[in-house]
Amino acid sequence: MARRTSIRGPLDYGKSPWLILFGFVTFIVLYAPIAQLIVFSFNDSKRNIVWRGFTTKYYAKAWNDASLVEAFTNSITIAVMCTVIATIIGTATALWLWRFRFPAKAAVEGIMALPIVIPEICMGVAVLVLYSRVGHWMRGFESGPIYWWNELFSIWPLNLGAITAAHIAFSFPFVAIVVRARLIGFNRELEEASKDLGASEWQTFWNVVLPFMMPGVVAGALLSFTLSLDDFVITFFTAGPETNTFPVKVYSLVRRGVSPDINAASTVLIVITLVATIIAMRMQAPSKSEG
Amino acid sequence: MTKPIISIRNVTKRYPGVVAVDDVSFDIMPNEFFALLGPSGCGKTTLLRMIAGLETSGTGDIIVDGHNMEGVPANTRPVNMVFQSYAVFPHMTVRDNVAYGLKVTGVAPADIAPRVEDALEMVQMSAMADRKPDQLSGGQRQRVALARALVKRPKVLLLDEPLSALDAKLREHMQLELARLQQVIGITFIIVTHDQDEALSMADRIAVMEKGGVRQIAGPEELYEKPHSRFVADFIGKINLIDATVSGVSKAGVTCVANGLGTVIVPHDGAASGSISLAVRPEKLTLSAEAPPPGSGISAKGVIRDVAYYGDVSNVFVTCDDGLELAVNVQNDRAAAGLLENGREAYASWHPSDTLILQE
Repeated sequence: MARRTSIRGPLDYGKSPWLILFGFVTFIVLYAPIAQLIVFSFNDSKRNIVWRGFTTKYYAKAWNDASLVEAFTNSITIAVMCTVIATIIGTATALWLWRFRFPAKAAVEGIMALPIVIPEICMGVAVLVLYSRVGHWMRGFESGPIYWWNELFSIWPLNLGAITAAHIAFSFPFVAIVVRARLIGFNRELEEASKDLGASEWQTFWNVVLPFMMPGVVAGALLSFTLSLDDFVITFFTAGPETNTFPVKVYSLVRRGVSPDINAASTVLIVITLVATIIAMRMQAPSKSEG
Repeated sequence: MTKPIISIRNVTKRYPGVVAVDDVSFDIMPNEFFALLGPSGCGKTTLLRMIAGLETSGTGDIIVDGHNMEGVPANTRPVNMVFQSYAVFPHMTVRDNVAYGLKVTGVAPADIAPRVEDALEMVQMSAMADRKPDQLSGGQRQRVALARALVKRPKVLLLDEPLSALDAKLREHMQLELARLQQVIGITFIIVTHDQDEALSMADRIAVMEKGGVRQIAGPEELYEKPHSRFVADFIGKINLIDATVSGVSKAGVTCVANGLGTVIVPHDGAASGSISLAVRPEKLTLSAEAPPPGSGISAKGVIRDVAYYGDVSNVFVTCDDGLELAVNVQNDRAAAGLLENGREAYASWHPSDTLILQE
């Protein structure tokens, strides 16, 4: 008679029915809501509870909703501006922490990571308090020569500056941490070899250090893009009547009931994020193996 | 007399709490294959990196081809380095790696291609020019690192433990290869190694370093046959060191009382006094079952404690009086058969002129 218990290797977890079931349930819990969101964006029903047939009219409706499109454009614009600046600042911070030794380095690293750990609500309130302070101070100059400054910052996209600045503040530490982690694996001899072969400090950075960091930089950029795109709490505190973002807009719409055009707009957002992720992963793929 | 290609003058490098390189001075001649040999932490790599300009803030002068390198950054020095990890750029092809040093210094593109091809040819890597480093073996990466440095036509090529990451067979092969390359190109090679076999087999001259200082600079044979100190004698090959006290110096040599040997006279043409070490290489000793005739040399009676068999030779350890341990290399010929048994009494003997007197 064969032995009852089959011996399973450490990598044979695919053979356990319980694990398969567990994995399946996890998968459903994770993706069913998203799948439902996408499916119901094509639902021909105003109240969007029961399936009443396929339509794309809510995509058209969302597209024709000026305030929704504006919020959407704002979100993408903020995310792009935030990504560019946060990636540069975050990468520079990572390089600085990696490259130099200075007093209280550990403390600086800790403080840098603060925006990641402090509750978003606190950060939102803090930013609001800061901005109202700055606004109060600026109003004092309204008749003075700095008045043009206020004018300037009411023009799109500069009027998104306040939100963008807040987004940069909380997303650049993520970039810094990702890039820093990447740099830990850097062989310092590569840098020395470059200099030994006649390259300047700057040439070494562009030709040797940056290509090595690139996967980390791309991952960090992607992270800050998605963080900025879907941030609600901090944006909620810093958004004005003229500067709505998509999540804040969706929130205000949802209070009046979920209509399929929100589903449609959300689906578009998911597709954009997905495409960005795929592009970023493709970019990272060739540099998978480093010596 | 030819001018040295590199002059090291009173070079010192301190790290907090350690003196990595301690007041070192020596010259390296053009076309020399020079080795810096020593145990880890002796300062040999630091010295090499100082020559390359990768380690700064030391004192003393490093003169390369008549120019003082003080304040000259690494990227403009006429030397190139092969790194221990090879440091081949992972995101570039073999060809781009080799071309890198020419591109960044603004060599005309028309000149780069032929020089790169020549360098790749020289290290027999032309067939793999379009590969990425992760598709290469360790030995091939090393060749790329070599070509990358040589394509710059340096006055001196610096090699930091270049063979330590290779397996034994390949290491032996690359030793020959490096020696061949050095002769073909005719530039100075400075190699850092902790492997005495590597240094002895490749280098024209070897500087043995210990604790930041140079203990002896000599050719391989002189270093092996006539070490100046216990450290060098012990570091280069195997040697029996026997404590002794000098009791007199005469024309015939130094008379001394040695541990386990009694009073012996050793030919020596220098001064000697106080406590010394008598040093004799294991291959100079012979082992016999019978006592050698008196007056034929120095001998000690002992018991064979251990026999390590290496095929052609056996390393035999003999325990003599007063705790004296002698290592003897015995050729595994007919005479040795039957003699090499643990616990057997035997006589280890050697000619007095094979004995070195080490004062330090």
